[in-house]
Amino acid sequence: MVENSSFSSQKELFDKGTLSVEECVNSFLNKINERNNLNAFLEVYSEEAIRRAKEIDQKIKAGNQGRLAGMVIGLKDNIAFKGHKFSASSKILEGFESQFSATAVERLLNEDAIIIGRLNCDEFAMGSSNENSAYGPVSNHLNEDYVPGGSSGGSTVAVGAGMCHVALGSDTGGSIRQPASFTGTVGFKPTYGRISRYGLIAYASSFDQIGPFSNSIEDAALVSEIMMGKDEFDSTLSNKEVPNLSDLNTHSVKRIAYIKEIFEDDGLDQEIKNQCNQLIEKLKSEGFEVEEVSFPYLDKLVPAYYVLTTAEASSNLSRFDGVHYGHQSKNAEGIDEIYKLSRSEGFGPEVKRRIMTGTFVLSHGFYDAYYSQGQKVRRVIRDKTNEIFQSYDMIIGPTTPTTAFKKNAVKDPITMYLQDIYTVHSNLSGNPSISIPFKNHSENNMPYGIQLMADHFEEKDLLAFSKYLSTIID
Amino acid sequence: MQITDEIIDQIAELAKLKFEGEEKEAIKGDLNNIVHFMDKLREVDTEGVEPLISMVEDENDMREDVIGNEISKEAALKNAPSKNSDYFKIPKVLDKTGE
Repeated sequence: MVENSSFSSQKELFDKGTLSVEECVNSFLNKINERNNLNAFLEVYSEEAIRRAKEIDQKIKAGNQGRLAGMVIGLKDNIAFKGHKFSASSKILEGFESQFSATAVERLLNEDAIIIGRLNCDEFAMGSSNENSAYGPVSNHLNEDYVPGGSSGGSTVAVGAGMCHVALGSDTGGSIRQPASFTGTVGFKPTYGRISRYGLIAYASSFDQIGPFSNSIEDAALVSEIMMGKDEFDSTLSNKEVPNLSDLNTHSVKRIAYIKEIFEDDGLDQEIKNQCNQLIEKLKSEGFEVEEVSFPYLDKLVPAYYVLTTAEASSNLSRFDGVHYGHQSKNAEGIDEIYKLSRSEGFGPEVKRRIMTGTFVLSHGFYDAYYSQGQKVRRVIRDKTNEIFQSYDMIIGPTTPTTAFKKNAVKDPITMYLQDIYTVHSNLSGNPSISIPFKNHSENNMPYGIQLMADHFEEKDLLAFSKYLSTIID
Repeated sequence: MQITDEIIDQIAELAKLKFEGEEKEAIKGDLNNIVHFMDKLREVDTEGVEPLISMVEDENDMREDVIGNEISKEAALKNAPSKNSDYFKIPKVLDKTGE
């Protein structure tokens, strides 16, 4: 982690006046410029960010600043910011301007955060390498031959390369945690129903969750706490009280599980497995009860995820019709052609693949065998997960089976889909989950993360235990 | 389960997408592989299991059905590719030359 580009390490400097917010914004802008070739940002709001920094410097002087005064944030290009361009990295939304801000963004702005730009991602958040963007791939800042992971690749690179303190991403099957693992940042997906999805471009509505990338667990906790909680524009939000996540000093974790099938998975890199095993031994020596549990659905997770998310995507993406907004085909005659040609010209290949798959599983004759069966399997997976959390406080394991791979190395869609094998679990079951930096691999010196999953709405324990865990990782 | 040209045509029509030539062959091949991959789900015994339809444990929390958060007509039409002052525009739907 780049400690010096976390907000938690700089907050005191802002408050004392030794570092102005304007200086901080300028140094991020310089870094963005310097590493422009990474293609992390689709647009940088330089003037606006400097103007706002000056205002916030005044507020700090007057002592009436919000909790995020001085924090500089980048937004994945699927999270709305009023009056700014908004594309989900798709050609179909070229030129689109957002008419409102996401609830999550509103809440950050109310606490005096600064939005510095919008970040590249896989088109409509569909991908695991950030190679599916209509605006070109994002490079991993640690080694530019490698992908940063996806779909929130721009977000993790912006944070990892020190271009902003925090970036927002969205996680439907691992799109926050997998890139965090590939780039050495903290990536946090809260419980489904904790953060309003209002203003997030829907991919799969029963899976999608907004969450942060950061260089410290403190930052992840702080922004999450501010973004969480009731919103009248998202009826799926939980009524549960938002805990004080910023207090990371105490947790109540005693019993920890790890999934046998993951540690027996042929796809898991041997070195990553060995390091995870050593960490488990260390936790035991620190007094935790760490035990193996069986989760016999590992090879069913990704198929279940694809049946259900593509079905939801095919429905959600039907709104892109070439009439109300976005790209309209110049070659179309009549309304049916407007739909077909605008969509066929505007969407990229992976998005079309998923719309076709989703339409197939929902269509007459295949619905019961695929979609309905997928929903039943989802219940089986959720019930089994709940059963594990009746006996354990936490599930620990590798975030990803390997480190980042090289660009253009994975061409087969299914091989790419299997990148998410350890992360989709918590999206299917709705649990909160985090990836924190763990080690660098001896073969390519690229990082990989450790993943923790907690029971529903137990983010406080999840973050406090992550903080503890980060102190025992050497 | 084998994905045929006929299935591709039918699904593409429902999805309002158009595939021709090489692109059609590619999507057929991909869909075949993906469907085969999803067939793994049949191995799970779901006898007597109800489909999980909603991830919300309590009931959905609806706000009062009153008009609020309006955006102006101008804002609503701002991103339309083709419009006049009041409406979204589409090309002619009725073909007057007849059939």
